[in-house]
Amino acid sequence: MTAESTPALVQSADTDGPAQAGPSAARGPRARNTKAYLQYVAGKIAGAVVSLFAVLVTSFFLFRLIPSDPVKQMTGGRRVSAQQLESLRHQFGLDLPMWQQFTNYIGDALTGDFGTSYQFHAPVIDKISEALPATLLLTGTAYVLYTALGIWLGTRTAWRNGSRSDRFNTAFALTLYSVPSFWLGLLLIIVFSVGLGPIPGLFPTGGLESGGETGFAYVVDVAHHLVLPVITLVAVGYAQTLLVMRSSLLDEMGSDYLTTARAKGLRDDVVRRKHAVPNAMLPTFTLMFVNLGHVVAGQILVETVFSWPGLGGLFYSALSVPDLPLVQGLFFVFATAVILANTLADVLYPLLDPRVGR
Amino acid sequence: MTADTNTDLDTDLDNTPVPPPAAKSARALARARKRRSAARFWREYRTHRSGLWGLAGLVVIALVALCAPLLVGADSQSVTDAPGGALEAPSGEFPLGTDQFGRSVLALLVWGARVSLTVGLLAAFLCVAIGTVVGIVAGHFRGWYSTVLMRVTDWFLVMPTLVLAIALATVMSRSLWTVILAIGVTTWPTTARLVRAQTLAVESRPYIERARALGGGHGHIMQRHVLPNVMPLVLAQTTLVISSAILTEATLAFLGLGDPTITSWGGMLQDAREAGAVSAGDWWYLAPPGLAIALVALAFTLCGRAVEAVLNPKLRVAR
Repeated sequence: MTAESTPALVQSADTDGPAQAGPSAARGPRARNTKAYLQYVAGKIAGAVVSLFAVLVTSFFLFRLIPSDPVKQMTGGRRVSAQQLESLRHQFGLDLPMWQQFTNYIGDALTGDFGTSYQFHAPVIDKISEALPATLLLTGTAYVLYTALGIWLGTRTAWRNGSRSDRFNTAFALTLYSVPSFWLGLLLIIVFSVGLGPIPGLFPTGGLESGGETGFAYVVDVAHHLVLPVITLVAVGYAQTLLVMRSSLLDEMGSDYLTTARAKGLRDDVVRRKHAVPNAMLPTFTLMFVNLGHVVAGQILVETVFSWPGLGGLFYSALSVPDLPLVQGLFFVFATAVILANTLADVLYPLLDPRVGR
Repeated sequence: MTADTNTDLDTDLDNTPVPPPAAKSARALARARKRRSAARFWREYRTHRSGLWGLAGLVVIALVALCAPLLVGADSQSVTDAPGGALEAPSGEFPLGTDQFGRSVLALLVWGARVSLTVGLLAAFLCVAIGTVVGIVAGHFRGWYSTVLMRVTDWFLVMPTLVLAIALATVMSRSLWTVILAIGVTTWPTTARLVRAQTLAVESRPYIERARALGGGHGHIMQRHVLPNVMPLVLAQTTLVISSAILTEATLAFLGLGDPTITSWGGMLQDAREAGAVSAGDWWYLAPPGLAIALVALAFTLCGRAVEAVLNPKLRVAR
């Protein structure tokens, strides 16, 4: 997306700049650039809005394909009269023709109303906002940790390219990257929660809190519950950042400006931090935003394995019913998060790298 | 015009006695060239030690999967006449213990390799096929259908892949094909973007213009000129996609969205969890399937990275 819009913008900036002669020349190019940038931002935001609408439409039609009858699922095998079934259908708007259901759905969704969950008999938006903080806490913590770890290790391995520590770190990261996250979670539970042989159960098997704690004790309790899921997410997640950081830094390693910096007599450390890393950050930056979008989508598997009361676990429970309004709402929230993060990345990109979009 | 056709006819007439040997030698030349480049590829690949490890791992796993009936017996998946007791710890008879039905975990593990490899390969093939076609078409044609195709690609790229795959697998009936379809349909956009970028690069080269000037149609240019040049990239991408497809398959099976009648590694983990192996600490039941998934995925990733390094000169210099 970014690459496509680049040429036009670059061209306009180039032709406008030198052509501006006379009194306004001093601030001309800059003002033009700002205008071009604002146009670019507006384009990106318009694109995001179109994508959001597409997601809304898709989530409606995709989940209508589930063959089972939601009302039968709701009553869960209890004996109910045909009349009761009919009134339930009416209550959830399932007796309306498809197109009317669709327009109602779009209209409601635009006002932030995703209907009532079949499963919890509560507004979907409430269930989602209840579960959101738990997910943000878990995946947000993990995100910060694995991004930092990935960048740090990626820089180190690239800088010591070919050394024993590079080979070991890369191989280790690749191995962890190939491990299914839910399996690692289960193993960690067996070893550190249930206890294996001499190792006692150190951490709780799941959930967010033990209950009954307040104040500082509550914070410690939640942190205690966070340890294993966060370790799982970080272990599986940091490899990608490491590999991207490593390869983009390797691309920069042979550059002339690094030779120049060294020739100036700068310490190796300074050459790395001040010259090489900032230039190599761009691909990592893109990946960071892609991952940021997935922070909200959470980790369905890890949350399920650790019974974490977040969006991922909610999605899993909604799918097994299937609880249509909840699934639709969550699907929309997940996709929205990714779209917003991508748009943010597109908007910030030209500010971080003058070669893009200017 | 007439002059042109005349010269064409002339050359044709001149050539008529020659064709058979000339065509043969051209084909032979092409074959020799292909053999040479394959040999060059292998020479380069051999220098990547991790790639060799990955390849060795793949050969072993493929052999195990192919020989499953010979190694552990065809009836080892049957629940009714299982040989052991429920959830036995590893012993001489059952090196990896037994599951809740008394079946040997080792035997199930061997059978599970088939599902993982089948789904991984087919889903990756589907994903790469869609991605390549969309990428080449979107890169070759300009104008609105390219825009529409890339919009669709972007839209799929934005969707959380796993969420979409889970949704598709839920919507469709439970079978191996559903899983393959769900993975293939959700993962192709990355390949499409890569292939499109490569197509744009290839199409800007002079020989495409030459082909067009000689009257090559869209189909001809895409098949005979763009596709062969995009293939190396597609090959590397396929290997990398396989490992993620294997992981996704395990994930879907673990969530209970796989085919319940077929033993797969993800399904084994789900069975283990449901049988209470986690709280009982039955590591012998839980550890092997995950380890197997990780090994296969790792083997494909190592091969893919090695292929990528061989085919991408930029990476080779950087190494």
